[in-house]
Amino acid sequence: MDYVTPTTAMEASKALAQDGAFALAGGTDLLVKLKTKFVSPSVIVDIKQVPKIMSIENSTDGWWIGAAVPCAEISEHESLRQDWPGLVESLSLIGSTQIQGRATLGGNLCNASPAADSVPALIAAYGTCIISGQSGDREEPIENIVTSPGVTVLEKGEFILGFKLPKPESGTGDAYLRLIPRSEMDIAIVGAGTSVSVDKDKKITSIRVALGAIAPTQIILDGLEDLFIGKEPNENSINKLISIAESACRPIKDKRGTVEYRTKIAGVLAKRTLTIAYKRAINH
Amino acid sequence: MPKTHISTQINGDSYEFLCNTQQTLLDVLRQELDLKGSKEGCATGDCGACSVMMDDRLVCACLVLGAEADGKKIETVEGLSSGSSLDPLQQKFIDLAALQCGICTPGVLVAARALLEKNKSPSEEEVRFWLAGNLCRCTGYDKIVRAVLEVAAEARNA
Repeated sequence: MDYVTPTTAMEASKALAQDGAFALAGGTDLLVKLKTKFVSPSVIVDIKQVPKIMSIENSTDGWWIGAAVPCAEISEHESLRQDWPGLVESLSLIGSTQIQGRATLGGNLCNASPAADSVPALIAAYGTCIISGQSGDREEPIENIVTSPGVTVLEKGEFILGFKLPKPESGTGDAYLRLIPRSEMDIAIVGAGTSVSVDKDKKITSIRVALGAIAPTQIILDGLEDLFIGKEPNENSINKLISIAESACRPIKDKRGTVEYRTKIAGVLAKRTLTIAYKRAINH
Repeated sequence: MPKTHISTQINGDSYEFLCNTQQTLLDVLRQELDLKGSKEGCATGDCGACSVMMDDRLVCACLVLGAEADGKKIETVEGLSSGSSLDPLQQKFIDLAALQCGICTPGVLVAARALLEKNKSPSEEEVRFWLAGNLCRCTGYDKIVRAVLEVAAEARNA
């Protein structure tokens, strides 16, 4: 097994195009898979020396978060937390302090777990990612990346260089909540990421709710515009949100929760994240 | 088998070593450099017994490749004491019997030191959350948490 440290995106793509090549960012998934012999790479491509992959930038175009920036470093970024608090809360929930020191957004997305905590929040924040490959870079919405558990659209030689988030308009708020059986360090039974924007009359101008762990991939709830746009949330629209969330669920059952429980919780978390995101939006 | 040549700094000293790609930083510390303070519990990042600092970030050495340590600054439990004088956390763990079998202790000490560098007056809840990735099957955690809180309080009053 070789180990290479390319210093340009093109070199990294070429190295990753070899048979049996695996990308290494924070290693919190890959090293476990090596240890358990789940994968046997011929070459490990450490992508952390590729330019921009370790940087966080705030420009007039919006936010750039490099795919290999450790979660601990992202959470320390105060102005990012002010703009997208829900996203920062979601990635802060991944693993322990030690895992936070290494785990990355690129890895959380490419590991392609339905329960990945940062993914619903990235989708809710209208995030996109830049995919680098041998024929250059392309930009894709986050919701287009994962196709089924453990599988992404990335082709041979491609890797995620980083994430773009819009600069939120004033009156925008987001939130992420998950339920786990323990108080810390567990995998989500359900995760919900929500963002809303409001006008000066506190009426909703945009809304997006993405759920995780309730289907083979993350799901964006349909039909929310008709319910919420141009209005303040009320008991009726929130009850409808709950039933839309519940009917979107196609969860597994496992030791963490039954199908019925996950479905019920999806509605609860959709409602709670909307409440938090709306409150943040009217104070933003 | 290709080996990678690594230059790194560990507890303030320069080290050079050759490692195979599959060797983790923990393997290198224990097997190549004879720094056996960091323990292997689970080897999958769940237990925290191998906690070390890499470029001032708390990480599990079992989830870092040895090759990734090139050019990095590593700090292990061996770096906590200077000569025969113990870090206040080490002394407090002895005084309060905050350890029994001792396997988790090096990782807990490194993690707790990292917390106190970042937060001089953590609450009990903050200590418990920060140390949630350090599993201890002996103490029930209360003595560990109390020791960390006492060291923080004494440092503030010093």
